[in-house]
Order: sequence, then structure tokens, then C-alpha cells
Amino acid sequence: MTVTDQPKGGEIGAARRRKEDRRLITGRTRWTDNITLPGMLHVAMVRSPFAHARITSIDAEQAKDAANVVAVVTGADIADEQGTMITAWPITPEQNTPNHPPVAVDEVAFAGEVVAVVVARTAAEARDAAELVEVDYEELPAVLDLKEAVKDEVLAHADLGTNKSAFWQLDSGSAGTGRPIDEVIEEARADGIVIEREYRQQRLIPSFMEPRSAVCDPTGEQITLWSSTQIPHICRFALAATTGVPESKIRVIAPDVGGGFGGKLQIIPEEWIVFCVARRLGRPLKWTETRSESLVSGHHGRDQWQKLTLAATKEGRVTGLKVDLTCDLGAYAGIVGGGVPVLGAWMFNAIYKWDAYQINISNYYTNKTWVDAYRGAGRPEATYAIERLMDELAVEVGVDPLEIRERSWITHEEFPFTTVAGMTYDSGNYEAATARAKELFGYDELRAEQQKRRESNDPVQLGIGVSTFTEMCGLAPSRILGQLNYAAGGWDHAEIRMLATGKVEVVTGTSPHGQGHETAWSQIVADRLGVPFEDVEVLHGDTQIAHRGMDTYGSRSLVVGAEAVVRAADKVIENAKVVAAHMLEASEADLEWSAGRFSVRGTDKGVTIQEVALASFTGHNLFDDAEPTIDATAAFDPDNFSFPHGTHLCAMEVDTETGATSMRKYVAVDDIGTIINPLIVEGQVHGGLMQGIAQALWEEAVYDDAGTLVTGSLVDYTLPTAADTISFETDHTTSPSTYTILGTKGVGEAGTIASTPAVVNAIVDAVRHLGVNDIRMPCTPERVFRAIQSGGVTTEPAQARPHFDADAGNQESLPPEGEAR
Amino acid sequence: MRISVEVDGSSYTDDVEPRTLLVHYLREHLGKVGTVVGCDTSNCGACTVLLDGRSVKSCNVLAVQADGRQVTTVEGLAEGDELHPVQRAFHECHALQCGYCTPGMIMQTIDLLSENPDPSEEAIRHGLEGNLCRCTGYHNIVKAVQMAAGSSSSAFEGSTS
Repeated sequence: MTVTDQPKGGEIGAARRRKEDRRLITGRTRWTDNITLPGMLHVAMVRSPFAHARITSIDAEQAKDAANVVAVVTGADIADEQGTMITAWPITPEQNTPNHPPVAVDEVAFAGEVVAVVVARTAAEARDAAELVEVDYEELPAVLDLKEAVKDEVLAHADLGTNKSAFWQLDSGSAGTGRPIDEVIEEARADGIVIEREYRQQRLIPSFMEPRSAVCDPTGEQITLWSSTQIPHICRFALAATTGVPESKIRVIAPDVGGGFGGKLQIIPEEWIVFCVARRLGRPLKWTETRSESLVSGHHGRDQWQKLTLAATKEGRVTGLKVDLTCDLGAYAGIVGGGVPVLGAWMFNAIYKWDAYQINISNYYTNKTWVDAYRGAGRPEATYAIERLMDELAVEVGVDPLEIRERSWITHEEFPFTTVAGMTYDSGNYEAATARAKELFGYDELRAEQQKRRESNDPVQLGIGVSTFTEMCGLAPSRILGQLNYAAGGWDHAEIRMLATGKVEVVTGTSPHGQGHETAWSQIVADRLGVPFEDVEVLHGDTQIAHRGMDTYGSRSLVVGAEAVVRAADKVIENAKVVAAHMLEASEADLEWSAGRFSVRGTDKGVTIQEVALASFTGHNLFDDAEPTIDATAAFDPDNFSFPHGTHLCAMEVDTETGATSMRKYVAVDDIGTIINPLIVEGQVHGGLMQGIAQALWEEAVYDDAGTLVTGSLVDYTLPTAADTISFETDHTTSPSTYTILGTKGVGEAGTIASTPAVVNAIVDAVRHLGVNDIRMPCTPERVFRAIQSGGVTTEPAQARPHFDADAGNQESLPPEGEAR
Repeated sequence: MRISVEVDGSSYTDDVEPRTLLVHYLREHLGKVGTVVGCDTSNCGACTVLLDGRSVKSCNVLAVQADGRQVTTVEGLAEGDELHPVQRAFHECHALQCGYCTPGMIMQTIDLLSENPDPSEEAIRHGLEGNLCRCTGYHNIVKAVQMAAGSSSSAFEGSTS
């Protein structure tokens, strides 16, 4: 009997409606801000209005005297007990990492940093009193622009002596995974095609809908912290590691969490503050941020300059790419921090076969909000760069952008394939996904329409954008993380408890915040154990219940966390088999396992696994020395990443007279391996698409030259609304992962990674005949209009940007960063 | 100030500060935490409730303005185990992921359908423009509104009382 061969019970692949929904649609949800404890006090933060300043004095007397204020605490008051914020990923042993106290003690390094904490009986009283705290600052010069930071003329942190955090390189020549890049570029310069571009990944704000909140109860034996976080386990570890409180005395709970998108993949100063001050006062505390606080102090995403040199043969086969990334970490290194661009390092080569590849990553600090993971984390940036370049190459060669990709992509017969970056892709079928996308899109018809509009000089032009992407998901094999100097492992953990009443508790180390794990894990376990979907209860997000786990991010939960669940289920079956044999008075070898039931071969005798669970619970009739339980735990550490891929096609209409754009059609065909729940998968794709489209069209965190976040409310940080957007067409091809039992690959980030270049490619395609070959994101009507007006002709001296061909046209014709959008 | 408000069919009388927002009154005084706060600029719509049958962003209404009036929150829609048709449509169409915007989306949908029982996709998209969702890309929310519109329209008349 092998448990992996059991027939499917029909749950995997079914569009089950979610178990989570009932509480969410009736308002019975447990958000952190909904928690109220006896004697609970409320916290308001006093934040620095300056980007870089020395704190010279803090006068809290007036605030302390205000009605119902219990305490005002400064950084100096708790300097020795507040712990410190840490990064898990110093990307080199030499990385410069600034100290990051939760409450600033001497200096602030960005506008929005906490300088004092007010505790009062109500949230309103705490906020009122926060206004009364008088902080004197001595302003220091602030470095805000990333390219200025590179010069080291003004320092974000004087004590580091430089703004540079670290340099990291991946080079196919020295790694032996390909040829030296310079050789390949020289060949292309002599007898091929070289395309040089510089692209901007603007700064974004994750903008989860639930503002962050933390509640700490210091009474009782364990100190309990509820937090709106993606990472309760990592939070607990880091609290213990930096405060000296034993890990066994800390319980972290992520109750219902309202979205994250990487924005809650962070340990945050406010958690440390609430933890510290609650212990100091011996009273439960709650902090809930306003949206304005969230935008200015929650970490941002992206923020890179990408300098790119693509080499190809005359026929358009790509031979190599050199990437120089300059990345803004903001004021501090967050939990993933400098590692975010590193996560993109294996993805610039995407689905292609090249001779050579080199990436040079330089990370810098500035006096702006810190930057860390945002949906896709490194991989959208990489995908954007290569997929924009592939369109440029198609133009250069004079062929269709899908045709140019086909000349370099890995064909389906070539898997498993080790790339020029050294990753081994296990499976995929780029031809199949592309063929299906073209069919759904009506590619040829839209090309014909585009041609007609060109010829008739229609003021509204049509553009078609292509993105054939892949990503690496399932973070991550611990062995590889160790090689990359990451501080923790990438495994996950599960436990399955078989209850006496036949119910099954599944404990997972992942920490969902909208992904629907309660439903999907139930489907997986229902099939695996042959029990009803309704009998499975999934528990998560509490370090006392799910005592081991690595949480939810990087499209890892299904690929790593659910694989642990499968392995725990298989152990339960093995445990149950021994008991069943005893109950049936048969030898184990004579048992057959099917659909949740052990039966004696050739007879009608049998017991269900739920009956075995009851027998184990009573313990009345077990074999000698039997443990009275069939429960099991399992941990799973993946051997490799998983590599979902897909072909996305986007049609954009561009009004050449106004620069206004509108989306006509979007088709996404994704190959994410085996699908557990198509309904949930579609939802992930839709939401992911929207976030990637929003980067292309609308979103940008903008600072003024004093370092104040101009897009500091949802009035100015323009999230897409229902009226801005269209319905999508999605479909799937299926190439199961060969590294996982279930064959899944992960889907959380796919849409975001693929869609940004598809949209920008479409806009550029619509106006390329007007001399435009790039428009900086977000492609607002103003930027599109200016690009059309300038016809791509550079307005700056060519020598200012020697990386470019002077007549190539690029982003020089656009307003400098931070100007009106 | 003393106010008397009917919320989800129950009557409440309370003393509130004049500056208290309706959403804070619902959450902090009445424990109606099903209605949530998502922003501080009236952009996100997460706090949408019905006031005398019409949708309002309850962060944009003072508690004292609700004096003598009826408020319906997401907690007052289902009758026992029987979900409101809009709740059912959101569930059926997977129109929610994290669920934070969902109370406001559902309340705004009820208002939208009571105004226009048979809206086009464009009318739905414009009708929900004041409610932000970061998870779904709105795709399945639009489908849920269409599904709810196709169910008994009388459901919407009764929902506001």
C-alpha cells in the first residue's frame, strides 16, 4: 500500500466556495482593532515631520497633564529595553546596516519615524495628547534622490560613512553557468544588435486595506501580541532575539488580517513599542494606525533604477544581458530589505536561453520611508525590464514581439532546463500558454485593427502588449537561503489532529490574510484522508497553536506549507494503518486504503480513518505498546523553487491628442501547475493583475524636496477603483511541478509580475510610430502626452546619459521624478 | 450630547462627544465592529452603512447626525442563518479575499441595487467607485453585483428597514 497512489476524492480541482467567507460577509471578523481587553489603554505615536534631524529635546509635560493620559514615553526613556528592529537578510557579510531603534533615540532618518509614544484611556485622548508633545529638532541635510545618494555627498546615516548598503553580483562567466558577459556584448556590437536602456521602477505603497494594528497583553504567564501581520512566527522569534524575553514567554497571534501584499511581511517598530510599553505599564495596550500613518510609515516597495544592456544576434536571438541595478532601501534595512532585489536576480533571464548574464546590485539608503517586499518582490522589476527589452528587440529586428520571444525561449522538450543564472526550471510549456493566449485574445484580429487605425491616422491608436513571464515561487529551500546569507530557513510545518468525533484539525505554519488557506487546505486534506470537506478545520496564525511555521509570503504557502500538510496526512494514514490492522484482525499487508477507508483485501471488512481515530481516543482495544494517537506532524523543506509561467496579452487604446489611455482587453493564461481551487486561483490572478496594472498606470509614492511624502493619503496615492478597470479573461495550461507531491507552483504573485510590462508594452506599441520608445511609469496621461509631443526626441545633451544612443529616445523627455503626474 | 439611534433593529440611547464619528460610535460604543475603518479621507468606503436606507460613509457622518434615525450595518443583514442575497452573491462569486472592504462593498451594493435593480457593468463599476478593494481587482465583485441583481429584487426593498 502506498498512500501517494490513492485515487482522488474530487476535492482537489473543485471550485469550493470559501469557508472563510461566512464570518467576513456577516461582520463577525476578528480584526486586531476589534480586540478589546479589560483595562486596555490606547497608544498614539508622535512622528517626525522631518526627513533627517537630531532630536534636541522633548517636552511631554503638557501631554502628560492632558485628560486621561497615562504615560508619555520617549526613545531615551526606553532605550535599553525596547529592543531593536533587525534585518533577516544582510546580502553580504560586509553589508552596512544602520541601527534601527523602534522609537528614535537621538536621530530620525525619515519623516514618519516615531519619536514619542502617548498612552491614554481612549484612542481619541491619546491622539489629542500626541499633538501636545513638543519635540525640538535640529534639522540635518537629507538625501532623498536615489541617484544623489550614490554620490555620498549627503549621508542618510552619518555614522555609516556612506549611503551604500551592499553590492551583490551574479555573473555567469565566473559562476560557470555561461560565458563572460562582456565578450558577448562585444560580439553583438561588432556583428549583432545591442540595446541599451534605463528603466525606472517607481516607488509604490502596498496599501493593504486593513490598517496595521497591534494589541499587547502583558498580564499572564505569556505576553500575548496580536498583530495585523503576515509573519507571526518570525515576529515572535525577532521579539525574543532582540528584547531578551524568552521565546517561550511570547505568544504572537495574527487574527483575521486584512491583506498584506508583502506590506505586512515586516516586523514593525510599532509592534516592538506596544510590546515594550505594555510590559512597562503592566497594562494591555492597543495601537491602530490611521491610513495617513500607514502610507508614511509602513514600508514601501520597488524603487530601482535599472541600467540594461541586451545583446542579440542580427536574427534576434538574445545572447546575453547585463543589468546594473541601483536600489533605494529608504532609511533602514527591513526584514527582507536588501534581499528584495536579489530575489529578482534569477528572473531577468526569465524564460530565455542565453549565453551570458550578469547582474550587479547596489543598494543605498536615503532619508525616505524604508523599502521592502511588495507583491512579487524583485521579480516584477526583473520581468518588467526583460519584457520591455524583448519588445524593443522585436522592433529592432522587425518581427512580431511574440515571434522574437520564441526565438530565445526554452522549448517544452528542453525541461528540466538549467538557466544562465543557474536555476533549474523543472517544467513548463511556453508554446502552449502563448497559443492559448493568442486564441483568447484574438491576436491577429487586433493586430489588423491596429494596422487599420495607423493607416487612417485615427486619433485613438491601439497598442498590443506582450508579457511572457516566469517567476520563482515557493520560498524557499533552506540550503539555498543559507548560501545567500539569509538568517532563517524556508521550510514549513503542519500537524494533523484526528479528533474523537471524527473532525480533523489541520494546523499550518502558514499565516493567510485573504488567500483562503482554510478552504484550500480543507480540500487537500479531505482528498488525502478521505474525510468530508466539512469535517476539516484549519488552524493557523497563533504561535501557541501553530507552534512552528515560516508564515505567508513569496507564493510559498501552497508550495511549501501545504506540502507539509500532505506529508502530515500521509503519516496519519501510516499511523492509522497499524491500528486498523489490529481492529480488523488482519495483517497490514492485507489492507487496502481507499477513500478514507481501510479494508481487508477480498472481504467487505473495513474501518474508516475516523473510526480509527475514535478507537485511538478511547484506547480500549489497541495493540500492545501502542501510542493512543494517530496524530502526526511534518515539516517540509523544498528541494527547489517552483516556476509558474504564463503569457499575458494586453490591448490599450491611447488618445494621441490627450494622452489618455484605456484598457480594451486583457488576457492572462497562467501555468501554475496543479490547481487546488480554480475559484481562489482566479481571484489571486485578478487581484494580482490589478496591482501590476496599477504600477503601470496610476501609482507612485512621491516625495517633495524636503522629504515629505506628498502622496500621503488615499486622495493622492491613487489606488484603482472599480470604475478605472475592466473585467479580465483568464485561463490556464497545466505543467505540474515535479518537486511537489501535489504538483502545485504558487499563484499569489503571478498577475502582478506579468501585467506591468504587458500594459506599458501596449501603450508604447500604440504610439511607437510617433517616435516613442518608452514612457516612464506610471504612464499618466500627462506623461503619455509629453512623450507623444516630444516624439521621443531627447531634450538633454546626449553625453549626459552616455549609456544611451543619443537618438534612441527614452525617459529624458519626461519631467524629473516627483513632478506633477 | 444624548442621541437615540436604531441600529440593526435595536434601539440605543447614549451620551456622545459631539465630534464622535458615526463609525466610532458603532464600533466603540455599540461594539458593532463589523463596520471597519480603512482610511481617514473618506476614500475607501470600508465603513459604509445605510442611514435611513441610503448608503453613507460612516466616517463622514457624526454620531449626532444619526440621532432619531435608523442605521443598518453588515451585521444586520442576515436573518438567522439566512444570508442577504448580496451576501450570498459575494460568497458565490468569490467577491472577497481578505474581506476588509467587504462590509462596505456589500452595503454600497445594496444601495446601488435599490436605485437601479438592473445595472449595466459600467453602472456597477461607477456605483462602486467610492469603495476601494485591493484584493479582487473588482472583477468578481462586479460579477457578484450582477448575480445579486438577478436574484429577487424585493430583497433590497426589505433590507433597509
